[in-house]
Amino acid sequence: MDLTFSDAEAQFRDELRAWFESNDPGEMPEGDDAGYAWRRDWQKRLAADRYAAVHWPEQYGGRGATITQSAIFFEELGRARRPLPANVLGILLAGPTIMTFGTDEQKDRYLAPILTGDEIWCQGFSEPDAGSDLASLKTKAVKDGDEWVITGQKVWTSGAQYSKWCMLVARTDFDAPKHKGLTYFLMDMEQPGVQVRPLVQITGEPEFNELFIEGARIPDENVLGGVGNGWRVALTTLMNERSGLAFFLQVRLRQLLDELIEEAAARGLLDDPIVADRLGYLHTKAEILRLTAYRGLTTIEKYGTPGPEGSLTKWMWSETNQELVQFAADLLGPEALISGEKWAYELLRARGNTIEGGTTEILKNIVAERVLGLPRLKAVTA
Amino acid sequence: MNFDFSEDQHEIKRTARDLLGQRSTLAKVREAAEGKSYDDALWKELVELGWPGIAVSEEHGGQGLGAVELAILCEELGYALAASPFLATVMAAEAIGAAGTAEQQARWLPGLASGEITGALGGASQLVNDADAAAVIVLVGDDGVVRLLPREQADVTVVDSIDPTRRAARVAGEGETLGNGGHDGLDRATVAVSAELVGVGQRALEMTLAYVKDRRQFDTPVGAYQAVSHKCAQMLKDTEGARSATYYAAWAADAGDDGPGLAEPASLAKSAASDGIRDVTANAIQAHGGIGFTWEADVHWFYKRAQVDAALLGGSGLHRRRLIALVGARLAGTAA
Repeated sequence: MDLTFSDAEAQFRDELRAWFESNDPGEMPEGDDAGYAWRRDWQKRLAADRYAAVHWPEQYGGRGATITQSAIFFEELGRARRPLPANVLGILLAGPTIMTFGTDEQKDRYLAPILTGDEIWCQGFSEPDAGSDLASLKTKAVKDGDEWVITGQKVWTSGAQYSKWCMLVARTDFDAPKHKGLTYFLMDMEQPGVQVRPLVQITGEPEFNELFIEGARIPDENVLGGVGNGWRVALTTLMNERSGLAFFLQVRLRQLLDELIEEAAARGLLDDPIVADRLGYLHTKAEILRLTAYRGLTTIEKYGTPGPEGSLTKWMWSETNQELVQFAADLLGPEALISGEKWAYELLRARGNTIEGGTTEILKNIVAERVLGLPRLKAVTA
Repeated sequence: MNFDFSEDQHEIKRTARDLLGQRSTLAKVREAAEGKSYDDALWKELVELGWPGIAVSEEHGGQGLGAVELAILCEELGYALAASPFLATVMAAEAIGAAGTAEQQARWLPGLASGEITGALGGASQLVNDADAAAVIVLVGDDGVVRLLPREQADVTVVDSIDPTRRAARVAGEGETLGNGGHDGLDRATVAVSAELVGVGQRALEMTLAYVKDRRQFDTPVGAYQAVSHKCAQMLKDTEGARSATYYAAWAADAGDDGPGLAEPASLAKSAASDGIRDVTANAIQAHGGIGFTWEADVHWFYKRAQVDAALLGGSGLHRRRLIALVGARLAGTAA
């Protein structure tokens, strides 16, 4: 056991620190569209120096970074308080999925613009009636010559309003068992029959959208991984979902907590045993999260597959982040509740943490069934 | 970075698991608890294997391995809920080894390492495990000063704690100051207790999983119901969280000046393990239902051990407050 980073890892961290230090995008401008454009510019700067997707192979513009280096990248991004690149779903989800299942033509066509942010991607998985039970989705793809005609509705589609492409999972066979009749498509968002309607969330921001698809067309060559193979391709996408990003979130949580501790210190509240106890509790939970995430890295690097700890960090993060912002509101009082202020925003935004990227309830099911080997409850029959 | 044991450390863990699985069965633990006696044969065997001296320097007759190896043994002894003075002895040895003067070390460490004598460590206002039979007691005074008391200078009153798998006592006495004041030594002892807690939690979790897969209600194993399965998931999360913090602290103890120091990691480990494993063992009883509340079931031994370990060397509240004092000072230092 040696928790010091190797020379190569430490050097990579130093390199990143220096780069972030000399590359500052400045303050995010007001307004959702301006903010998005700012993040897109930021991504271009990252891409120009091959920092947009360090975990991608060098041939595609990445650095072939190990999973630990990738974690270090996101940690340093968070530590430097630099934003995530605009095309985060393209970089983390679409790109790796295309690398795994794509044809050479698909790789040539799609990977480069993902990296530069010239083509933004969104993820068309969830539907109003298929959230956690993804295999029950109903969006329909019907073959018409060498094209597929799509009809259906998607929801919680983050960044759809800025997207050129959508990772779309649709049902191509209604007779097959529900996991088997699915196909994974790369859908052009800029065509008739694709309508995006922003969903304003609890914070007042439109981060995600509803997607209405009526007769949109997708050519055969935009099937990814073969007709009927969509479930397997989608699982690959989902497995990539939490890679690396966990370290960005972990660092952001840590920064918020440290700011709260400093705020409490400035008010002379650290001597209050109740405040100290609660902050100590949050600090413990934040450290457990960080260390468990590190353990997960080692397990993957040494054994190739995630261990039990890998299933726990998203749950730990979301729970701790919510407890943190709630305590901040308690401690700081009404000023934490003024609209537009940092803590007020964090308080509201954190409510999504236990829902987005897999609800806590679903994560607990996954842990219980796949890690602990507990039996699955039989479906309720009427 | 490598957050995994070395091959040798894995081997120590496997050996300990196998040996204790045979020698320290729950039937043996029950026999010891109900008979208020330790399993002398087990202790003799641990001594022959050199376990009490695993982290004591070779100069003083130990094996010269580190806090990680010690944590592995403590975890396995917790997993087996072994009835022995092992934890008390190694806690005393850790404190004396880290903080004692050369004379104190030369006088006490060889005996503790060889298992010829046993030790004890605890607070003057707390329970001190195994003080009665210990040749040397490390006592943390209410004034924060750590003292070393040969048994004959200690006023020991044996008490029954709620954990009958182990002996407890109250201790008073003056003794002599332990070396430099002793706090880094206490931190090392704190890591050992945290490691025992991790083992206690792991076993309570495994017992519970076996039970809820087997026990059926309404024609269904109760482990299929989310009210139960989600509780089990929570138990895993608490156990793994305590484990992450404890292994980190053990590594920090061995890393010395090259690491993050030991004060924060030790309190972190104790805070995580005390809270986490108390919850795990309480949930274990709950998941066992009415059976879990009976004397017949073994699950209560784990709950009791966890409660006493959680209180040893300060409960989670004390360590949370210490942690935030350390973190607050560190952050203030960075800001300045």
